[in-house]
Amino acid sequence: MFEASQLNIRNRKVERLWGLLFLVMTILLILPVLVILGVLIYKGGPILSIDFLFTEPKDGMTAGGIFPALVGTVWLVAVALLASVPVGVAAALYLSEYAPDNWLTRVINLAIINLAGVPSIVHALFGVGAFVLFFRFGTSILAASLTLAIMTLPVVIVATRESLQAVPQAFREACWNMGASRWQTIRHVVLPNSISGILTGVILEVSRTAGETAPIMFTGAAFFLPFLPQSVYDQTMAMSLHLFVISTQVPGVPEAMPFGVALVLISMVLVMNAVSIAFRMYLRGKKKW
Amino acid sequence: MDSELQAAALAIETEKLNLWYGTFQALYDVDLQIKRGRITSMIGPSGCGKTTFLRSVNRINERLGYVRTMGSIRVLGHDIYRPEVDLGQVRKQVGMVFQRPNPLPLSIRENVIFGYRLAMGQQKVSPAERDEIVEKALRQVLLWDTVKDRLGRPAIGLSLEEQQKLCIARLLPVKPAVLLMDEPCSALDPKGTEAVEELIWELRGEYTILIVTHNMAQARRASEECIFMLLGKVIEHTPTEEIFVTPENQETADYIEGRYG
Repeated sequence: MFEASQLNIRNRKVERLWGLLFLVMTILLILPVLVILGVLIYKGGPILSIDFLFTEPKDGMTAGGIFPALVGTVWLVAVALLASVPVGVAAALYLSEYAPDNWLTRVINLAIINLAGVPSIVHALFGVGAFVLFFRFGTSILAASLTLAIMTLPVVIVATRESLQAVPQAFREACWNMGASRWQTIRHVVLPNSISGILTGVILEVSRTAGETAPIMFTGAAFFLPFLPQSVYDQTMAMSLHLFVISTQVPGVPEAMPFGVALVLISMVLVMNAVSIAFRMYLRGKKKW
Repeated sequence: MDSELQAAALAIETEKLNLWYGTFQALYDVDLQIKRGRITSMIGPSGCGKTTFLRSVNRINERLGYVRTMGSIRVLGHDIYRPEVDLGQVRKQVGMVFQRPNPLPLSIRENVIFGYRLAMGQQKVSPAERDEIVEKALRQVLLWDTVKDRLGRPAIGLSLEEQQKLCIARLLPVKPAVLLMDEPCSALDPKGTEAVEELIWELRGEYTILIVTHNMAQARRASEECIFMLLGKVIEHTPTEEIFVTPENQETADYIEGRYG
């Protein structure tokens, strides 16, 4: 009794085969990431130094460092965050906590999904038309960051809405039944229990804009500008555009340089992601329900 | 003058209360007079409208957009469906306890004081005042001795029975007149049920308690008056001892004897 039959043995083999197939696919998935990182470290690693990070490009960008581009990218991402977070969080609060389930809400949700699908070059042209020309911000950090902000709004909204909806409905009901208004409920219960999730989610999403090139190249990023920006009305260099420029537009750049720039750029994003994931894990461990 | 005296004796009074969820009618011409300071239980098979009735008395039903209510509900003599009525004020007077204990993700102390803080608005609550209110409320629900040493700990860490008592305690600081309880013991074990029933019994007189239950024995043990509902209508409303011994109505008798449920 209980011995494996022919059919059992066959099933077991098939089972093992499928498991193996899925494993191979998963490995194929992470392979590109490993190869990219490996090549970047191998080819770009040697050029990295404190000097590379903190000096200006020299000799027509064929030598020197990347400091203005590094600072520029930080500016761009920071201003984009400042612009997109308040709007995105407010919109998500409305959609999650206030909006009735009617056609208008459904249209808004549909619009958000569609906005997320707009190609970045289209956002770039919109940014030129709206911020550079119509609002007369000129090509500036402000115009470029606002363009990035519009581009990231959908993901900010979605990330925020997910965090808000992770707060159990029972908490809201408990609050309402003690006479709290919607805003009081949000202020005292919903936000304190989701703000950490919102922030990490948003940082995670927005950090991806650090690598965007198209939306900033017509709106605020400069080809070569060996000064640091003084205000949001200045143009600036940016890592992503700088990488594009030295890889394709400038002759005589040493081979290691673009790889170095790419390595720094990818490290920036990875560090931001890692911090935000660590933060999230820490908070999840602290959650009380 | 007569009507005012009568109003004072009645905590909840409904007249021709009809309620629809979309096109489904859940309540039919409900006329109830619930006496102040007493414990009234509502029994009846699932879907008979007892929870719906309960949820109309502090107007949380309206949160579902498709609910339509007609007729009147007066709490302490005042119609709560008048346009100038503020929902916050209604809920302050009419507190609700749910099937599943739902403490907020705050400390025990902050759970108890939460409603009071909301009611005080901009005014700050001093620590001394806070501690006094918290102690009084927790003593009232027979929880003080168990939790007095861990008021700062999260309320989620309490047992279900303690959580449910806490959920009752947090209603008390704003001095409600009516406590609505929607099967408050259904998530508890027999010991917890007994403890919470005991507490409900303690609170009678000071508060008007309306308790929905599936548990006939509970209605019998822990209430003074009993309302039997069936298919959205009130069938019978009498003192509890009478409904269980000499029900007037055949349908009531059949339900109580467990012929349907």
